Amino acid sequence: MIDLHGYGPRLAEGALITIELGILSLILAVILGLLTASAKMSRSWPLRRLATLYTTIIRGVPDLVLMMLLFFGGQIGINMFTDWLYTQFDVDIFINVNEFVAGVITIGLIFGAYMGETFRGAFLAVDSGQIEAGRAYGMTHWLVFRRIRFPQMMRHALPGLSNNWMVLLKTTALVSVIGLSDMVRVAAEASKATREPFTFMIIVAAIYLLIASVSEWGFARLQKRYDIGYGEAD
Amino acid sequence: MEALMNWLEAQLADNSIFTLQTLSYYGQGLTTTVQLVFLSLIIGLVMAVPLAIGRGSKKAWLRLPIFFYCYVFRGTPLLVQLYLIYYGVVFVEGIQESWLWVILEKPFVPALIAFTLNTAAYTTEIFRGAIKATPKGEIEAARAYGMSRGLMMRRIVLPSAFRRALPAYGNEVIFMLHASAIASVVTIMDLTGAARFVYARFYAPFDAFLFVAAIYLCLTFAILYLFRYLEKRLLAHLKPASG
Repeated sequence: MIDLHGYGPRLAEGALITIELGILSLILAVILGLLTASAKMSRSWPLRRLATLYTTIIRGVPDLVLMMLLFFGGQIGINMFTDWLYTQFDVDIFINVNEFVAGVITIGLIFGAYMGETFRGAFLAVDSGQIEAGRAYGMTHWLVFRRIRFPQMMRHALPGLSNNWMVLLKTTALVSVIGLSDMVRVAAEASKATREPFTFMIIVAAIYLLIASVSEWGFARLQKRYDIGYGEAD
Repeated sequence: MEALMNWLEAQLADNSIFTLQTLSYYGQGLTTTVQLVFLSLIIGLVMAVPLAIGRGSKKAWLRLPIFFYCYVFRGTPLLVQLYLIYYGVVFVEGIQESWLWVILEKPFVPALIAFTLNTAAYTTEIFRGAIKATPKGEIEAARAYGMSRGLMMRRIVLPSAFRRALPAYGNEVIFMLHASAIASVVTIMDLTGAARFVYARFYAPFDAFLFVAAIYLCLTFAILYLFRYLEKRLLAHLKPASG
């Protein structure tokens, strides 16, 4: 059996943090992505400009730099804001940015930009006749979105979504740099303490591969579900 | 040069963070980043071509190990690969006594190895896709001319595959530039390393990181335009005909 020198439970906790972080930031990224895609397709030009600026900047700067900016800068920025509230309105609050929240926000913010591009392409791929048909039935905007655009859009978006999720999963490793005890950080500490880097790093790599394989299977099932009504004829 | 330096110093006179000294850190960081990215991309590219050909081979003993290599290196975070090589290299039997230790002692070479292996895995997949997409007719034509497999690869398959791979490879280059920020974690003074140093020294996260973000943004755009130009030149024959 592999000797983990008692780091087993902490490694498991770290793996749990990685998974939680991944899923929470995926949810945030999907919401931001939908908003960005809508903004990019909207008729108002300030919204379009804003969305383009957001995606360009996020995709042009390394994840790690953004993470450090938001994590180190975020606390100072919030402190400035609360100080200002205190001096101006006598409101005394203190907000502490914890690493987990900072991690979720940064990763969600980064991948929101990528998701936005994925969703925009997918929305454009939905046949406009479908939307017109929905309107003709007297459906409201929201109902058309929920019943017609979203389900058909997902079929086109899923390959990109699964790709983004795989990249996001690997990006979660970066939070170890800003001090969050995910499994990479635990493994790095354990490697230094026990002088057995291979044992710990290979275990961590195997866990990542496992998560990736499981989610690949999950996405294949989802794709099957959203493909209903397509491609069976031929 | 002297005049230029004086002018710069005058410009920066009332700036407490971006002095000539810190700017020189950023300058050295830029050099390190560019070196690291450029070297790993070149070596990775050279490795990826034979790997991509082998990845599509019919022989299982050749195909499967390459598949496994790509799967592992594409499926795990670069940070884990970097840690594995950076911390692991010390434990290779007898390495500290050999001449190799002189270069491996510094973090640059382990980081270069990790980056190269990572980008080679991604590039292999890109090339494999491009090689697979070669039109059947071109291969049949080459066969009909009596070309050997090697000649066909060299004259027919690879040149067109390279062109087809160009857009995806451009993305990989940008991805590598962004991934290189991780090098700062193992004490390399790259661009991000310089920003972290300035942040720690002056406790000015906005100045330090926004400045470096702007540099990365410029580099990204430079790569983007380079590849757009290359695509225009090399893929001109694939453009839809316009009136």
